[in-house]
Amino acid sequence: MLRQTPLNALHRASGAKMVDFGGWDMPLSYGSQIEEHHAVRRDAGMFDVSHMLAVDLAGTSARAFLRYALANNVDKLAQPGRALYSCLLNPAGGVLDDLIAYFLREDAFRIVVNAATADKDLAWLTALSVQRSAPLALTPRRDLAMIAVQGPNARDKLWQALPGSQAASAELKPFAAAEFSDYFIARTGYTGEDGFEIMLPQTRASALWNALVAVGVRPCGLGARDTLRLEAGMNLYGQDMTEADNPLESGLGWTVDLSSPRDFVGKAALAGAPVARRLVGLQLQGKVGVLRSHQKVLTAQGAGEVTSGTFSPTLSQSIALARVPGAVAAGDTVEVEIRDKRHAARVVKPPFVRNGKVLVS
Amino acid sequence: MKLPADLKYTASHEWIRTETDGTLSVGITDHAQEALGDMVFIELPQVGRVVAAEEAVGVVESVKAASDIYAPVAGEVVAINTALTEAPEQVNADAYAHWLYKLKPAAAADTGTLLDASAYAKLVGDA
Repeated sequence: MLRQTPLNALHRASGAKMVDFGGWDMPLSYGSQIEEHHAVRRDAGMFDVSHMLAVDLAGTSARAFLRYALANNVDKLAQPGRALYSCLLNPAGGVLDDLIAYFLREDAFRIVVNAATADKDLAWLTALSVQRSAPLALTPRRDLAMIAVQGPNARDKLWQALPGSQAASAELKPFAAAEFSDYFIARTGYTGEDGFEIMLPQTRASALWNALVAVGVRPCGLGARDTLRLEAGMNLYGQDMTEADNPLESGLGWTVDLSSPRDFVGKAALAGAPVARRLVGLQLQGKVGVLRSHQKVLTAQGAGEVTSGTFSPTLSQSIALARVPGAVAAGDTVEVEIRDKRHAARVVKPPFVRNGKVLVS
Repeated sequence: MKLPADLKYTASHEWIRTETDGTLSVGITDHAQEALGDMVFIELPQVGRVVAAEEAVGVVESVKAASDIYAPVAGEVVAINTALTEAPEQVNADAYAHWLYKLKPAAAADTGTLLDASAYAKLVGDA
């Protein structure tokens, strides 16, 4: 039996094509996923992301606990409302999950983790808090729904759809959040566009979704979410990195703080690890097919593998993230095997697209 | 789901129309385009290629997935729709308005094994 979000009936009523996504019955698209993609790049679209899990951490040791549990440093969060992207690592330096941590108050933080890894994360964090003897309450917030409204006009549209929200969220910088009534509004996302991710009581989810539809926000499914995040050069957990990969070989070195004296789970393993591989962007040359995960990449420095591949609606070209030998550099031409034939692809540094602009040639 | 009664179908989701000159126009069904979603790449066989029944002769790729296309019967590829390789999304707009390739059936080819609309509808659970 697949799990359902509070918006499931609305998705089905609007004719969405539904898929099993990590045990959840989620919309893949409501029609054309390419049109949904363009709506987000050019105007405003929204995603039901209620399958993701918010976990609240309460207690005076919350910051100290996260300082040890996360690879990025929560001490970068100085003002309440600020958010931080981080990996959750195992002691071997492998990636257990990626998440966003919000600093609410000195004794209250919130993390948002991926759906498929939520149970594993919660068990891991609970065990870690026991091991650290951290007096900490970990509360999974399955009572919350999450709606991501994304695109150049997304913020304006939310303000139209949710009276009073503008005053609370107009001044938010990227990667900051504010509470408004029982809504939690964060200026974050997974598309490379401006916008908000809104957490709210499940009972209000349908009303907000319908209000957003009424002001012209286009419902978008997981299909468009994937092409948008890939254009934006954002990793997908389970595909671009897993427990078998460390963040330094996953394009996430910028999120790992190895310079401060702070100790954290996985630090010792990372400090001594050779970085033999790296995650790069690929642009397929010519109309010869579509890059897909697990395709083999051949380079002058050795073999690699596509971790995520798709057709980019913005570039009208196939693009991918690929894990290749560390010496492969942006500007190189490599070959990718598609149906037993080798095709040329250009190595680029992601992102491919941000804020509606193409960043690769 | 659209399912014209004057066409034949395969279990691998091709439609087949017999033209007046005896050649077979082959496309993919509305059910197939619906399942695949936004089409972004089509690879067609070389004209002149001689193919066996149920042989993979090309590929259609959507944003989501790649899928082989097959020959409904044995024969020779006599034409390909190159306009489609330039704009694959036309298949999403109307799957039956766009043939992918034309096949001249071999003398011994048996079109009697192809499905009619009602048999295909049953196959895809739309009967």
